[in-house]
Amino acid sequence: MSNVPSDLKYTKTHEWLRTLPDGTLEIGITDHAQHALGDLVFAEVPEAGRKLSAGEPFAVVESVKAASDVYSPVAGEVTAGNAALASEPEAINSDAYGKGWLMRVRPAAGGAAAALLSAAEYEKLIAEEGG
Amino acid sequence: MTRHTPLFDLHQKLGARMVDFGGWDMPLQYGSQIAEHHAVRRAAGVFDVSHMCIADLTGARVRPFLQRLLANDVGKLKSPGKALYSCMLNETGGVIDDLIVYFLGDSWFRAVVNAGTRDKDLAWIRRHAADFAVEVRERTDLAMLAVQGPDARAKAAGLLSPAGAAGALALEPFFGREIDGWFIARTGYTGEDGFEIMLPAADAERAWKALNSAGVVSCGLGARDTLRLEAGMSLYGNDMDERTNPLESGLAWTVALEPRERTFIGREALEAIRARGPGRKLVGLLLEGRGVLRSHQKVLVPDAGEGEITSGTFSPTLERSIALARVPAAAAGAVQVDIRGKPQDARIVRPPFVRHGKALLG
Repeated sequence: MSNVPSDLKYTKTHEWLRTLPDGTLEIGITDHAQHALGDLVFAEVPEAGRKLSAGEPFAVVESVKAASDVYSPVAGEVTAGNAALASEPEAINSDAYGKGWLMRVRPAAGGAAAALLSAAEYEKLIAEEGG
Repeated sequence: MTRHTPLFDLHQKLGARMVDFGGWDMPLQYGSQIAEHHAVRRAAGVFDVSHMCIADLTGARVRPFLQRLLANDVGKLKSPGKALYSCMLNETGGVIDDLIVYFLGDSWFRAVVNAGTRDKDLAWIRRHAADFAVEVRERTDLAMLAVQGPDARAKAAGLLSPAGAAGALALEPFFGREIDGWFIARTGYTGEDGFEIMLPAADAERAWKALNSAGVVSCGLGARDTLRLEAGMSLYGNDMDERTNPLESGLAWTVALEPRERTFIGREALEAIRARGPGRKLVGLLLEGRGVLRSHQKVLVPDAGEGEITSGTFSPTLERSIALARVPAAAAGAVQVDIRGKPQDARIVRPPFVRHGKALLG
């Protein structure tokens, strides 16, 4: 039974988004995704200043089981990558929506928030996937 | 039709994530496989290994039978209860399986073979046993638990009667004995001390729960793999198979070519390979940077050619990636591994990677 906070938005590829007070977006992978991956041992996050397109892989998370690309839901510029994950990648497992955040990004104007799911829609998606 | 061990229901109750292993529904992890790994290195963990096949071999000629069947020599087993690790080879020197055999009596040996190869192994064993009038009895009535770690033997002994506990704690490494109706052996697949316990299926759940109550952590196949790889132990199907011989699998030490008169299956082929020099060998690899080495990744060896990773993982004790790889015989020192299209630096090392719970290499 995965945790799906109602105040966040989600993608079909199991990322979550949180809008921060300054208008930037905080992005990570969902509880469902961390559970599927198992114990995470590495997380490669982007550097501040990197420009991303919507759908572009911006991070790689690697567990004992497999390496997985993480996709940016929006076009924009990275304002921060979570450097703490270098020494504590397991924060993604234990606190996927908190300390496990991967990057913060300033979305490009008119940026595509089109394909985002609500918490209810995401819950339905993972239920259909058998999770 | 996936098979279940006698502990299947208990694994569900304990919240295990299950995975198919060799046709068996087995626990991969109960929570964090890295936490389970550390529990075995630091304290004690328990594994369900009931999917493995226990076969009792009986008959007046069981010893000469095994001297023909196995690449290692059961002639070394003089004391009752002593165990031997060996490969079973085909006529071309390829490995059919690796197994442990226990000398239990003049007319009785017990073999434990891998789960994924049990049908193939039993057919092969039965075929050759017929020549020696040896009976092969699969012990499907038994479950098997591995209790491993520095505290494992003491915790497991706590399940036995006082006399039984004393007997179990007196067992020397690689010896087994029937105690309180259970067969207890001081063997394992983690690089830690501990027991493997073969017990009536009906006792398994009670024993597991008693171990949990004594603080022994439930551990799954995920931790089992990271532990055995740190200990430099081979996994059949990954590190060797029917197309590879022991000499190129890091298992030359398990082949007893003395006495010369012992004509075990595969001997001639192995001697020919040995004479011309095996072109490949199995080595340990340590990844220098971040990332995870995985089976089948290509190994690039300067001036020597290419090899392949046979088993790779992230080592929780070393906090970096380790692997076993089959490489050209001349390979040494620094190599590169193709990880998702990018060459990453690694170096060849001699396993094991961990001993007595501590990293051996920096």
